[in-house]
Amino acid sequence: MAKLIIPSLLETLYMVFFSTIFSLILGFPLGILLVITEKNGIWEKPILNKTLNGIINVLRSFPFLILMILLFPLSRIIVGSTIGTTATIVPLSIAAAPFVARVIESSLKEVDNGVIEFGLSMGATVPEIIFKILIPEAIPSLVLGITLTIINLIGYSAMAGAIGGGGLGDLAIRFGLYRFQTDIMIISVIIIILLVQGIQYLGNKLASTVNKK
Amino acid sequence: MIKIENLCKFFETNGRKTWAVKNVNLHIKQGEIFGIIGSSGAGKSTLIRCINRLEEADSGNIFIEGENIYSLNKKDLRYKRKNMGMIFQHFNLLSQKTVYENIAFPLEIKGISKSEIKDKVETLLDYVELADKKDAYPSQLSGGQKQRVSIARALANEPKILLSDEATSALDPKTTKSILELLKQIRNEFGLTIVLITHEMEVVKDICDKVAIMENGEIIEVNTPIELFKNPKTKTAQSFINSLKTTVEGEYINPKEFKGKVIRLSFLGESAKEPIVSKMIKNFDIEANILSGNINELVSTSVGHLIIELLGEDNEINKAINYLKIQNVNVEVI
Repeated sequence: MAKLIIPSLLETLYMVFFSTIFSLILGFPLGILLVITEKNGIWEKPILNKTLNGIINVLRSFPFLILMILLFPLSRIIVGSTIGTTATIVPLSIAAAPFVARVIESSLKEVDNGVIEFGLSMGATVPEIIFKILIPEAIPSLVLGITLTIINLIGYSAMAGAIGGGGLGDLAIRFGLYRFQTDIMIISVIIIILLVQGIQYLGNKLASTVNKK
Repeated sequence: MIKIENLCKFFETNGRKTWAVKNVNLHIKQGEIFGIIGSSGAGKSTLIRCINRLEEADSGNIFIEGENIYSLNKKDLRYKRKNMGMIFQHFNLLSQKTVYENIAFPLEIKGISKSEIKDKVETLLDYVELADKKDAYPSQLSGGQKQRVSIARALANEPKILLSDEATSALDPKTTKSILELLKQIRNEFGLTIVLITHEMEVVKDICDKVAIMENGEIIEVNTPIELFKNPKTKTAQSFINSLKTTVEGEYINPKEFKGKVIRLSFLGESAKEPIVSKMIKNFDIEANILSGNINELVSTSVGHLIIELLGEDNEINKAINYLKIQNVNVEVI
């Protein structure tokens, strides 16, 4: 059984790891843009802000599976295939990006406006305020937000398994559901639960360690 | 140094205009500690934010060293802001950074070398007497210490102007005194111009060279604290002064309860030190009954207030009042 479980676990970790990174690369700048372009933001751009909000809302309204299927052609262009764990990273990252943008947005919005005002009063530029005030001040909250993203991606990756993505979700469906091997299904689910618990625990721990407030 | 001309700023809520700052004209001299006092909602916070354009005015101009800051583009404005420090009621320290890093921030964005930053920050830490808190985080500091850090941070760029937005409002009276002392010391040593806003008369009385009273967005009175205490022209000024008087006074004394004439005397500086009242009693055929009194220490002088009841012939009382007026005492019949 370990021969089945361990490769699937590694596939899941692989998918989650890379899609977390790529979704952060896509979503983090979007989150920052959402915050700075809004009304009374440090780089007020109402039209851009409305457009971004609209796009993110539309993308987030899609049921995840549909979005994934729609994004398969993109997988083919980028990794040359639509099946397998690597191919799944593409739609996973893109599907999670709007979610990440919202998570980052809400973390950055928690930063007290007073410190931004201080930055402005010191003559800091917009990038200086973003990278030297906004992000450092939001670190503890960002850690929690990224934890949430990882956990969400574990869930997404399990769903992606159902349409040929591999990983623990795929294992649970193929063996547990189609072949009635309930034990494999149960073990897969337990491993996913442990994974989620472990990551949440680490995330909370890390957030409180880095928080100096 | 700072010249504010016809400054206006309004906010629109539900299509209704409310004036936060209305036709404000002020002239603040180099090296002056200029106080703007007003109750909350008077517009003073908006006004001080217009000076470094954290708020954009709707009309009017502000000249700093002859340069109209409302004609500056973004880049020049940022440069200009580096010559202005600002401190805040809630300190606005970077909570995830140490005391050292907080003070280093303005220097980092100025782009000077690490070793220069270190020297500068350490000098500033010594100056505000917080060298031992260098590696502490703001959450580990008391309110007074936090404000000292923010003052050090505001001074890092060696600004010519320091804007203080209710910097002592969140502090207890003792800490307030020490922060005000520090501000005075800074002005005396570096010749900084300090613009401060407050709702506390204590602050004005302790350190301001000049004070403007603000109400409903307008400056209704500008004066030296001494003149203001001696002879407040507006009701608001009067009520701020009254807020300082700890004993029962003024409105609490009902003249109708007394047989004689109740008058309020305001002494200033030298006249406060002479035995004017006792001379008056000797010279005129009247008796005086002291109802209340106090003395306020101002920046450079003191102002005394005394409420007395005068008993005797009307004629003698009038003569006595005239005598007081000749002695440079402000007399007000209540």
